[in-house]
Amino acid sequence: MSTVTNDIHHDEHHDHHDHKPSGIKRWLYTTNHKDIGTLYLWFAFIMFLIGGAMAMVIRAELFQPGLQIVDPNFFNQMTTVHGLIMVFGAVMPAFTGLANWMVPLMIGAPDMALPRMNNWSFWILPFAFLILLMSLFMEGGGPAFGWTFYAPLSTTYSNDTTALFVFSVHIMGASSIMGAINVIVTILNMRAPGMTFMKMPLFVWTWLITAFLLIAVMPVLAGAVTMVLTDKFFGTSFFDAAGGGDPVMFQHIFWFFGHPEVYIMILPAFGIVSQIVPTFSRKKLFGYSSMVYATASIALLSFIVWAHHMFTTGMPVGAELFFMFATMLISVPTGVKVFNWVATMWRGAISFEIPMMFSLAFIVLFTIGGLSGLMLAITPVDFQYHDTYFVVAHFHYVLVTGAVFSIMAATYYWLPKWTGKMFDITLAKWHFWCSLISVNLLFFPMHFVGLAGMPRRIPDYALQFADFNKWISLGGFAFGLSQLIFLALLIKACRKKGEPVSAQVWDGAEGLEWEVPSPAPYHTFETPPVVK
Amino acid sequence: MSHSRQAENKKVVIKLVAVVFGMFGFGFALVPLYDVFCAVTGINGKTSNEAAVYTNIEVDKSRLVTVEFITRTNTGMPWQFETQTRRVEVHPGEMYQVDFYAKNPTQRDIVGQAVPSVSPGTAAIYLNKTECFCFEQQPLKSGAETVMPMRFYVDPELPKNINFFTVQYTLYDVTSDAQEIAMNRG
Ligand code: HEM
Ligand SMILES: [Cu+2]
Repeated sequence: MSTVTNDIHHDEHHDHHDHKPSGIKRWLYTTNHKDIGTLYLWFAFIMFLIGGAMAMVIRAELFQPGLQIVDPNFFNQMTTVHGLIMVFGAVMPAFTGLANWMVPLMIGAPDMALPRMNNWSFWILPFAFLILLMSLFMEGGGPAFGWTFYAPLSTTYSNDTTALFVFSVHIMGASSIMGAINVIVTILNMRAPGMTFMKMPLFVWTWLITAFLLIAVMPVLAGAVTMVLTDKFFGTSFFDAAGGGDPVMFQHIFWFFGHPEVYIMILPAFGIVSQIVPTFSRKKLFGYSSMVYATASIALLSFIVWAHHMFTTGMPVGAELFFMFATMLISVPTGVKVFNWVATMWRGAISFEIPMMFSLAFIVLFTIGGLSGLMLAITPVDFQYHDTYFVVAHFHYVLVTGAVFSIMAATYYWLPKWTGKMFDITLAKWHFWCSLISVNLLFFPMHFVGLAGMPRRIPDYALQFADFNKWISLGGFAFGLSQLIFLALLIKACRKKGEPVSAQVWDGAEGLEWEVPSPAPYHTFETPPVVK
Repeated sequence: MSHSRQAENKKVVIKLVAVVFGMFGFGFALVPLYDVFCAVTGINGKTSNEAAVYTNIEVDKSRLVTVEFITRTNTGMPWQFETQTRRVEVHPGEMYQVDFYAKNPTQRDIVGQAVPSVSPGTAAIYLNKTECFCFEQQPLKSGAETVMPMRFYVDPELPKNINFFTVQYTLYDVTSDAQEIAMNRG
């Protein structure tokens, strides 16, 4: 394929070329997918730091047994808002940012299909989080009922700032729905000629499927928060047993959203790793079509496993068994993926650049998270593990060393394309090794304290857990500090320091995004490339 | 962007927005679906909110089923609430009556609502109540007391493996939601 440059291609709608408004207006009014991608990514990173600061508060309190730093109600607000920020403010916007930047480049489209809506879907997001964070400073404090906002904690026993929580979740939901619609329309309608579905890069595939999951379940979340709102303030009894409702129903509705949601946070990560592993193994991805089918079947299965979060609510044995086996079934397509990544590396000419290091760490550590998931899926033992630190260990392995590591891998992989300069490799190595060691110190011992019975979401604990918790907290502080290295590296990269890179950047890289020059010009693919 | 592409995009957007609204509706549709599902299967231990009609059902004298009654008050509900019969042995198909005692020991008038729950849940649909204080809200003036009857029979279709089940009544304070009329009636 010929190298595509940002040819000056004027048609009646495009009289601008590479000039753009400057200053704050550029960012406020921008409809350019690259600008919006950058905004999303920075926003996600700032949220990651804020949510991280809250985690530091949690770990400081848990450093020793007893109550010393914060009072229990504030502790609960920290766990709640930490969870909400990391899920809706850090991981999801980071993936949306990557989609904005990369999907048009990877399918040879000039921009996202709906650029104006793209601007809206980003700019409502800061307000959602402003509202959520503001509620922390109001009378009675912010939400303290956990990110899962179970009724009646969020209805009968919550304070009035719950209204703000509901409002902010509505805005976050609207933003991700708009983002998802944009991704779907872009992928369905804007592919370059010759880019058939089965030629699409896996990052594009996984995002397409994720976007469908988003439009299927975010509205259900919106419904759930709306019901909490009306139960609390307008006298309905959806979840109030006294009025004929049922609090257990809340959990069914929430997890009907909640389980697909966890796949929303991991499918794009699968896509990223499927881009990076072949590049640095200098081989084609093993089993491309099985990857596509595995992703689709994970997405479909994710709708029938929600009650594995509710094994202890007293379901009939038949239902417990159904949800147990359905959950275990998901590990089959997940296993296919891990197998394919390993097979891609098999006899490849592997080199260990930073994106590859993060991807390898992802493969190993995500698999550990998948294994603890499988343990949790076994109904009888979940009665022991449920609501302990074992669950906390599980979901941090899949979300931090899974989703977050994949986002870091993606950032390192595409950063030279964005800035045109190689990032500071020494800093990146420090970032990787510090993160890798500290994250395991942070989350691995949680398995043990969990198995020994330490409950989650409690600001104090029995003395026998003290040693482990000290180490966990130390790991936590170290992981937090390691991210400041990443911050320094990103600032440096954005100031365009470093060696210039070629269009291809990595010598095993293939795909349309590597055919535009580095840094990627403001407008790309105004004449669609031809894909052979 | 060409006009035909914009028209194409619009078509897809309309479909996707329809899905979004559909799923929002589906979230709410889960509420009645859940109730119907539970009423049919009885898996969450909810009993019917309507009085059953007793029509000369054949009594199964060969079978004895133990029914146990327990009571509790929800957090913040100050009433005294007790069952006067802790357990009865019943023949499926025969009518029985159990009385519950309630007293409002506080200085204020309170409206209560009792909510029954059967365990194991699968027995719930076989418990037929022809009369129950739980069908209505119960207003009690300050200091007042009352005895509330519950008449029921167990469906002879009750699965053979269940010969013991528990009916738990939880009493909730619903004064703030209850209407004035209810209070005046009491
Ligand atoms: C092989 C795949 C997986 C299996 C079998 C699995 C199974 C489970 C089970 C049974 C629970 C409930 C534990 C309990 O509360 O007692 C759970 C919780 C959780 N899982 Fe997974 N899981 C898997 C993968 C994932 C992935 C990929 C993610 C996210 C990226 C994830 C995120 C979570 C979260 C966030 C929770 C806790 C939710 C909460 O209670 O706050 N899981 N998992
Ligand atoms: Cu789940």
